[in-house]
Amino acid sequence: MEAIERIKEVVSQTTPGAKIEIINSTPAVQQPALLVDRDHIYGVAKFLKEDPRFQMDFCSCVTGVDYPKLGVIEVVYHLYSVALKHGPFVLKVRAPRELGECHLPSLTPVWRGCEFQEREAYDLYGVKFDGHPDLRRILMWDEFKDHPMRKDYEPPMDYEWEPTPHDDTLTRARGISGIVPPSAIEEADKAKKK
Amino acid sequence: MAVDEGLRSELQKHGIFVLPIEQLYNWGRKSSIWPLQFGLACCAIEMIASAASRYDLARFGAEVFRATPRQADLMIVAGTVTKKMAPQVVRLYNQMPEPKYCIAMGACAISGGPFKDGYNVLKGIDRYIPVDVHIPGCPPRPEALIHAIMTLQRKIAGQQLGREQRWYDKASTTEFPIPGYGEHDLEPPANREVWQPPRNYSDVTIQEVLKKS
Repeated sequence: MEAIERIKEVVSQTTPGAKIEIINSTPAVQQPALLVDRDHIYGVAKFLKEDPRFQMDFCSCVTGVDYPKLGVIEVVYHLYSVALKHGPFVLKVRAPRELGECHLPSLTPVWRGCEFQEREAYDLYGVKFDGHPDLRRILMWDEFKDHPMRKDYEPPMDYEWEPTPHDDTLTRARGISGIVPPSAIEEADKAKKK
Repeated sequence: MAVDEGLRSELQKHGIFVLPIEQLYNWGRKSSIWPLQFGLACCAIEMIASAASRYDLARFGAEVFRATPRQADLMIVAGTVTKKMAPQVVRLYNQMPEPKYCIAMGACAISGGPFKDGYNVLKGIDRYIPVDVHIPGCPPRPEALIHAIMTLQRKIAGQQLGREQRWYDKASTTEFPIPGYGEHDLEPPANREVWQPPRNYSDVTIQEVLKKS
């Protein structure tokens, strides 16, 4: 596959007006990604799939990332080309964190395999995918209101009995005067003094 | 016991067994515990191994895994109970005829295990249905499951027939309320009649538990 700079150039030419950035947010992966604005992601995705130079015919993974400091939820698509045997190619798109505005265009019309994975991102991160054929929760039950993979998710205060608590669990259990072993409190106090 | 021990053993030598009807009845029950064919996670693999030829649960009369709760005596909760699955587990237990028993197999089924801090895992099935035997382990070995079945057999052998038992008492129901799906958690998060957190941590220390037993 061509270098990411070259891909960016080609994509910018074919989708005018698109804001496209190369980001290297995860050095451990050593894999630069293309960040596209949400108004143009659909066009870019369609281009990458259909252009004979790229033929990204397979979307292997869709996931969300919550960045509370930036105020965005990022959705990451991992693309491969089975025809040309290259990939992965990482496509990223961002939406505001606020639940009312957390909308992104669905890429399910481009890659059918995104359907369940976008439902998962909706379920756990609260990203609404416009144009998704069947946007329901997939892991949690339908009546559930929260999005548990968001950093500000507050789990139900079910900490009345914690035989092996530590860190947040210990703090929460003590906050509602749950039953915890005295040794856990001693250890936490000792760690605090250090 | 009305019959003298010496006389009883003398009669046994001649092939005559004298014993209270309760003992005979319990012997029959404990020797044919039919479990429900039902697994939730990796513990189920160990449960299957226990039933297969190498560990051979058949030696204890518990090999007939029934694919319907209507024919089962024992529910082995083998694996992680997610909050989404919990109502179905309780419903299956309700559908089993009395007398029924429950073994919570593995760390997840007894407490939530390594997933205890997760948002989607129930912190032990004993919050909704009464558990007769808890087996820790991740997963427990087949020997541990067999030990649990033997423990349950001892429990059944020691049961007195009469009003004290849940299923003979017409007044008390043997249906356990099925939790509902709430907006943030299951509702209610635990069945208070079945499960209460300990009042003090000292009540559940090993010294206290040994003292009680």
